[in-house]
Amino acid sequence: MIEPPLVSPDTLSAAYRLLAEAAYRPISGGTDVLVALSGGLGAPPERLLDLWRLDELRGIALDGDALIFGALTTYAEIRRSAVCRDLLPAFVEAAATIGAAQIQNRGTLGGNIANASPAGDMLPVLLATDAVIVAGSVRGERSIPAASFWTGYRQTALAGDEIVVRIRIPLVADRQVRFRKIGTRRAQAISKVVIALSWVSAAPAEPWRSVRLGLGSVAERPIRATATEAFLEGRLPTSDTANTASVRVAAEIEPINDVRSTADYRRAVTGRVLYRLIREAGDW
Amino acid sequence: MTIRPPLGRIAAPVTLRPHLPSSGLVTPSAPFRREGPAKLTGTALYTDDLVFPGAWYGQTIRSTEARARLLGVELDPGFDWTRVVVVTAADIPGANIVNSIQDDQPILAVDEIRHHAEPVALVAAPDRALLREAVAHVALRTSPLQPVFDPLASSQVFAHYDIQTGDVEAALAGAALVVEGEYRVGHQEQLYIENNAMIAVPRDDGGVAVHGSLQCPYYVHKALRRSLLLSDAQAQVIQAETGGGFGGKEEYPSILALHAALLARACARPVRMIYDRHEDIAATTKRHPAIVTYRSGVSADGRLVAQEIEIVMDAGAYCTLSPVVLSRGTLHAGGPYACPNVRIRSRAVATNTPPNGAFRGFGAPQTEFAAEMQVNRIAEALAVSPLELRRRWLYRPGDTTPTGQVLRESVAAEEALERAAEASEFERVRARTAAARTSRVSRGDAADGHLAHGIGLALAWHGAGFTGSGEVHLESVASVELTGDGRIVILVGSTEMGQGTKTIFPQLVAEALGVPMDDVEFAPQDTSIVPDSGPTVASRTAMVVGGLVIGACRRLRAVVEERSGAPFADSYRADAQAHGPTRIDEHFEPYPGVDFDDTTYRGDAYPAFGWASAIAEVDVDLDTGEVAVRSVVAADDVGRVIHPVLAEGQVEGGTLQAVGYATIEEIKLRDGRYLNDRLATYLIPTALDAPRIETILVEAPFSGAPHGAKGIGELPMDVGAPAVVAAIHDATGVWIHDLPASPERILAAMASRDAESQG
Repeated sequence: MIEPPLVSPDTLSAAYRLLAEAAYRPISGGTDVLVALSGGLGAPPERLLDLWRLDELRGIALDGDALIFGALTTYAEIRRSAVCRDLLPAFVEAAATIGAAQIQNRGTLGGNIANASPAGDMLPVLLATDAVIVAGSVRGERSIPAASFWTGYRQTALAGDEIVVRIRIPLVADRQVRFRKIGTRRAQAISKVVIALSWVSAAPAEPWRSVRLGLGSVAERPIRATATEAFLEGRLPTSDTANTASVRVAAEIEPINDVRSTADYRRAVTGRVLYRLIREAGDW
Repeated sequence: MTIRPPLGRIAAPVTLRPHLPSSGLVTPSAPFRREGPAKLTGTALYTDDLVFPGAWYGQTIRSTEARARLLGVELDPGFDWTRVVVVTAADIPGANIVNSIQDDQPILAVDEIRHHAEPVALVAAPDRALLREAVAHVALRTSPLQPVFDPLASSQVFAHYDIQTGDVEAALAGAALVVEGEYRVGHQEQLYIENNAMIAVPRDDGGVAVHGSLQCPYYVHKALRRSLLLSDAQAQVIQAETGGGFGGKEEYPSILALHAALLARACARPVRMIYDRHEDIAATTKRHPAIVTYRSGVSADGRLVAQEIEIVMDAGAYCTLSPVVLSRGTLHAGGPYACPNVRIRSRAVATNTPPNGAFRGFGAPQTEFAAEMQVNRIAEALAVSPLELRRRWLYRPGDTTPTGQVLRESVAAEEALERAAEASEFERVRARTAAARTSRVSRGDAADGHLAHGIGLALAWHGAGFTGSGEVHLESVASVELTGDGRIVILVGSTEMGQGTKTIFPQLVAEALGVPMDDVEFAPQDTSIVPDSGPTVASRTAMVVGGLVIGACRRLRAVVEERSGAPFADSYRADAQAHGPTRIDEHFEPYPGVDFDDTTYRGDAYPAFGWASAIAEVDVDLDTGEVAVRSVVAADDVGRVIHPVLAEGQVEGGTLQAVGYATIEEIKLRDGRYLNDRLATYLIPTALDAPRIETILVEAPFSGAPHGAKGIGELPMDVGAPAVVAAIHDATGVWIHDLPASPERILAAMASRDAESQG
């Protein structure tokens, strides 16, 4: 295994300065970067910036009407977080599907976001909950909505000297969030399809508002199915709604054949699972 | 019935005499595994744990093309090659051949590359960084050749068989029902927990000692002697602790040992070659993919009257063990059913893909999947329960197989079937799933939820020991020695790879000699110490070698008791003192009345058969096609149980491996290269995917073995996949003809079924 030189700053400002000086590949838990390195997959980075010691980037906090996650929050921490379980159970559900216990202890939310895999399991939930990703650099901080963060295949809106520092998920009254991951096996599988659906409705008889549909593994990046969202906006979760929505979403996505699954399967399953989620919401 | 050491007593070895009747031949008991404490505490030494001061690291330069003319191995003149050693085919003193059935596979490619990841050159260096650097400065100069990937388009046949009995054409023409099918099964990776690994150490006598993770020390021994021109003594093979094999360390370690030994010879130092998982999956052998086409004829009164079967196995680029894998697949292709008119034609062909080899079941899982699919589909066509149909057709004592073998004894198809059916309440569950299916259809929707439950059944036979006259040709030897200092030592070449050899052999010896098991030692699997007991394959160790060990014990006991006039247990220590060491070498003798003609394929293909039934229950998610295998009831006839806990472990492990084969395990290829050659992409079931497994050990002893045992390891592999696929059919109404029965295939089959019913 090629081992690029690694720098481990103790403070965020030191990390920013290093990033401003040279091209580093930031690394937190290393669950993606080290796999690629040891497997000789792709060109190795010239140098690594180890963020693991930056305790400023840890922790889950409730801040008024939002949940704030430090970028170094691990999946294990999300799973253990009582506030997260109470206020955003779908996020806990998603974290529980990632890798094995060892990966969950090392892998971080910020890493999942910056790695920008189209199959990143947390990312559809961030899209469905209007999460805001806060990027930082020597130049200061800026907020990037999740919906505009992933710009292409493994491309992000981050500048070369920026890192993800925290994630802000607004908490919305009467919002429902549903998560579903389809993988090859029941644990430790990279997804074939990931779906996160959210909507706001105070009572079952009320039409859905602020509908968000985040999808993973069905395009070159995590996406929101905005046409399907627009169709669902203002509707009740009826059989007709579910039927049309499932057809719409299948037409809206652009999945591919790859080593894990087929485009046909991904298209069909995205539609069917959306149908199922709407049906369960409508309780019919 | 699951047997477990009672809680609270696990601190001390427990002897269990549970539900098994005492046979008088062998007393089942469940002592802890001999090597268990060392494995549990991390003190067991696997190959990579062995330290040889000054050892270099070796690596293989492999082809990156499926087929090409090899024009040269080019060493960058800008690199300092004096610090490393490089080995090419020109450096091989003897035959550039990996010793096996045919002399076709080179140790290092010359002139032509025939598969992706084929070894072309070797490099060793004193440290890993330099090794990596050196490897980066080696280039292969090639010119592309047209590869063959489709086995049906291959003109190179490694082996073919033709078994005929009766008149199939006439029987099919007169049949009231003919069911046809084509079934395709793919590669499967053994995925032992320890990768292939070998360390070669030069010997003072000019020879080489290799320490490795391997199943068959004498296969490696023979390969080293032949290609390095060594005497018996100069070639020494020592098995390190081995983390699983499943067939994947049957023939592959020969080429790896040759590579390590050639490098050790070149640098005159020990050389370590420890594969990482990626290299292991990319380069080592897999289960043979197969295409099986089947026509079955059923008479108006419901009898199986004809089977016409054609089998094509994809051997990959070299022959390896394909002729014997194909042979076993061919001989088992009819399934455990009496049929008067059978024709089975088979061939193993070359493609430009990595060579396939041994894997638990050895050809039988592929063809028996097809056989069981046929029976289940015929049951559906006849509207008969698949259990009832098997009751009518299964082999009973006195029946004749397609090779003309009369099944005289040890026939337990019926008992395996009935006990599994009873324990799973097959008919009751089946009635329930049928009702649920009907109500789904009548409501035109998955109104009772998106999970559909199904139950499925399979039955199989598995020939015990080597095929045909294989055991006779092996001339296996097993020895037991009473040493001069009064110790009892078992000397066999049979290896422990997790299945229990090191535990059950001392059990057998302790019982045969009437001494405590702790007084019996097991000599290391080192070719300078133990004789060639044949390979540790084909579920033959407990039956064949175990039988030889018991034979040796009986003779030893007679010798000592005659000299002392007292029971062996009371007299052996004094006997050793008085007479010095006594060693008994027991040689294999053909089983009486067992006769097979290798050229005509007529006669007794196996001395006996083991019988297995599996009944699987699944939940299929109708939205996603995902299959959860909830339970498997496995009834396996092993002749006689020696160690119930280890026996159950074999059934449970084999069942889970079969569930993986049935549902998710799949190698995908592009241009002859495995695309998913990593653990991130080649997936096997996790603990969460594992069904509840209920094991029923059936005992129909084989009289040719002194203890009656027939072997167990491969039985569960034959039945798991067809049982799961039958359960998927029961849940969904669709048949999946190709393995794995992936969600993609299930949804596609359901979609085309729905399109047909609407059209």
